Amino acid sequence: MKQVRFLGTLKPGQGRGWVISVPYLWFLVFFLVPFAVVLKISLSTAQVAIPPYAPLFTVGDDGTMNVALHFGNFQYIFSDPQYILAYLSSLHYAAGTAIITLLIGYPVAYGIATSKPNIRPMLLMLVIMPFWTSFLIRVYAWIGILKQNGLINNLLINLGIIHDPLNILNNQFSIYVGMVYAYLPFMILPLYSTLEKMDHSLLEAAGDLGAKPWRAFLSITLPLSVPGIIAGSLLVFIPAVGEYIIPTLLGGADTLTIGTVLWNEFFGNRDWPVASTVAVALVVLLVGPLMLLQHYQGKEGEKA
Amino acid sequence: MIGKALQGRGFLRFMMILAMVFLYAPIISIVIYSFNESQLVTVWSGFSTKWYSALINDEQILRAAGISLEVAVISATGSLIVGTLAGYVLTRFTHFRGRTMFSGMVMAPLVMPEIIMGISMLLLFVGMEQLFGWPHRDIQTIVIAHITFSTAFVSVVVQSRLQGIDVSVEEAAMDLGARPVAVFFLITLPLMIPALVSGWLLAFSLSLDDLVITAFVSGPGSTTLPMVIFSKVRLGLNPEINALATVVILVVGLISGIGAFKGAFKSAAPKDTPADDTATTAPAVATAG
Repeated sequence: MKQVRFLGTLKPGQGRGWVISVPYLWFLVFFLVPFAVVLKISLSTAQVAIPPYAPLFTVGDDGTMNVALHFGNFQYIFSDPQYILAYLSSLHYAAGTAIITLLIGYPVAYGIATSKPNIRPMLLMLVIMPFWTSFLIRVYAWIGILKQNGLINNLLINLGIIHDPLNILNNQFSIYVGMVYAYLPFMILPLYSTLEKMDHSLLEAAGDLGAKPWRAFLSITLPLSVPGIIAGSLLVFIPAVGEYIIPTLLGGADTLTIGTVLWNEFFGNRDWPVASTVAVALVVLLVGPLMLLQHYQGKEGEKA
Repeated sequence: MIGKALQGRGFLRFMMILAMVFLYAPIISIVIYSFNESQLVTVWSGFSTKWYSALINDEQILRAAGISLEVAVISATGSLIVGTLAGYVLTRFTHFRGRTMFSGMVMAPLVMPEIIMGISMLLLFVGMEQLFGWPHRDIQTIVIAHITFSTAFVSVVVQSRLQGIDVSVEEAAMDLGARPVAVFFLITLPLMIPALVSGWLLAFSLSLDDLVITAFVSGPGSTTLPMVIFSKVRLGLNPEINALATVVILVVGLISGIGAFKGAFKSAAPKDTPADDTATTAPAVATAG
């Protein structure tokens, strides 16, 4: 804290302002303004032109500015069951993925946090490493594993466990496998960082006072790791709601998610206003989770 | 003693092994099948490197790889600059107007669904082109978009490194009369080098890998490698893609793995407890899906 005030008072001048303004302007122009543009276009109508939407502001013959706001796109996506189903199924996949990654990730994170300090960095690196290889390729790899004559089916048939290949590709199951696979590290790492900071003498004290290990876990470890659970769940849930690659590659042809619907409206139908409307609705949906995440990450930052 | 407090150590070990198998099996399977002779990707018929020779003769893939590398180098450098500034601002300037909004904007791309960022940036570019005649949709729009999303990752790495730098060194230099700019370039920046290296490599591999945002903002002449891969794998398995994937895994995995390793361990150096510091860097590096 001391040094911050120190630096703060030492360079109140233009240097400091310049350092702040470069990244600030960048994100204002290329991150925040685009949302305003999306909102604007969601309120216009599609037309066959380049770009394929009608202008929102037009200048009339008498020089007056006409604004034509068109809320029809919102009415449209909220009345067409296809969009509602897409939203529901995206929420369902994202929430399900968060729960499954939590169930798998918690013991893994706990295992890493309680392993010997000298092997922890290596275990963490093993969790992180897949990130550095291509997401697209890692998802694609599951096609070969899950398909009719893929690795799993071949293995099970050769072992004589099954006779007919299992149908485990292009359905809900394979989407879940892909999502859990892709997002598992996002759950493990925040969980690990809260579990690792935990004061283990509390557990010893509980043990000394006669608490059984599971009891000590439920009344000490679990409550103390709640911030990690929330952060991890949000880190999985938020990007998973808009996931496009996994449902497209691993889901069936009839898979409806927000990601695929938005993509098809945009690239397939070239209906930019409706695609924008779908995007706006998704952002609105995610505002709550995003603010919650920033709240929890801000807290973590203060502690560090 | 922790072991005693916790009976289920065997269960934890089992889950850890299971998770590692789950995380690595797909990657290993790709590498193995890239040497499969058969056109039917999952039926093993013998060792062959023919898909690799097919790969180096595939004009479309080579051209896309060239574009991807160019974009990755430029955008990694760009996000290093913007991300270092952003990370510095977020750790060293605790009070200025609009700080909450700033940290929100910088960090949101970490989790913001790519499809949202893709469509919103494309619509911005289209609008700007209508108004100012710039930018055209080609490599430059891809670079701008990539800088915007990878900056968050660079700034996280930079921030965790800056938090580990002993500020008394900076204070000492200032007490001796160094100007803030000199302090930054002579003291802070050299101490940040490990974070800058891993930040650059991280941004590089994120850029090389991005499909969704790129697909929105790219123009007709600027098809990147992931776009080519995606258009091929949508049609099903493809042995040539397995070979390509193996090359990508090797190159990106090795280079950036070393980067992550260095970042995680070197930044531990000035601290007393290496494991602790790794822990703070690791989630940062890793939030980087």
